[in-house]
Amino acid sequence: MALQSLDSFCNWLAATSVSQVLQTVGWIIPAVQTVHILAVGAVVTSAVMIDLRLLGIRGKDQSVAAVARRFLPFIWWALPVLLATGAVLIIAEPARALENPVFILKMGLLLAAVGITLTCHIPLRRDEAFWELSAARKRAARLIAAASIPLWVAIICAGRWIAYVQGT
Amino acid sequence: MFEQFLQALQDTSIATAIREGETLFPWIECVHVLALTLVIGSIAIVDLRLVGLASRDRGVAQTTASVLPVTWTAFVFAVITGGLLFASNATTYAHNFYFQVKVALIALAGINMAIYHLFLNGGADAWHTPALTPLRARVVGGLSLCLWIAIVAFGRWIGFTINTPT
Repeated sequence: MALQSLDSFCNWLAATSVSQVLQTVGWIIPAVQTVHILAVGAVVTSAVMIDLRLLGIRGKDQSVAAVARRFLPFIWWALPVLLATGAVLIIAEPARALENPVFILKMGLLLAAVGITLTCHIPLRRDEAFWELSAARKRAARLIAAASIPLWVAIICAGRWIAYVQGT
Repeated sequence: MFEQFLQALQDTSIATAIREGETLFPWIECVHVLALTLVIGSIAIVDLRLVGLASRDRGVAQTTASVLPVTWTAFVFAVITGGLLFASNATTYAHNFYFQVKVALIALAGINMAIYHLFLNGGADAWHTPALTPLRARVVGGLSLCLWIAIVAFGRWIGFTINTPT
């Protein structure tokens, strides 16, 4: 029942005039995908730079807060771009994404990655030294970083696999 | 001669395995996308600093030093995976307009970076204040940003002009 209504929603969306334009004007999808990839670059590189600092691998001449201040804005600015361009791609081919288990997996992983980024970010807003105050917090920060990197890697892989896995 | 080389490359067992396997091509693509997002993201950090749009509170030299290992590591992965994807269909890719332009643009980005490091970054040690960098550094940074954005676009267009899932 639920699957049926999802199917009819996808069909309805694909029949809308907006979707029809996206399907017929050939340059729009590659252009939107290009912006999507550039925004992925901004988010993932920023997340990795913060994670490498939390792990103590790069940028140790600055505090965690300074590195987070430098890179977090890129993440929060690029995410809406990703959602917007991602929405265009869904409207162009609704069933390719919405009925695709890999797309659902990607969205789940994305929620987890955003959650982890917030977990790192929110305490820093109250106290700049939060992650450096005790050995326990340093360990927690390293755990956050060690979880964040594989999550973003998995999100990118899932994104590419959407093109190869058939919708249900 | 070149055609024979492309055909030989495409006939190697590894290229054949990538072309005929079900999952090898997409997995290599995954690593390629991951690597290129890190290459472009980390280069953009330096470019935005040179142009003066980000990290003005940190010196150009420190900004560059903290991201450069990420750039080069990711670049090596991007070249290896890109080479494997190319080999799997060498005769087709080599004649694809977007592929040809992409390779030329990567070469231009390399030349732009080399010119900067060889001739234009004199006095860069002093660029550790929020003051704007000299015009030549801003031009190099802006050019680099434009080139890498175009490289991503042309890369994406290859997929739409060659018969692969997009």
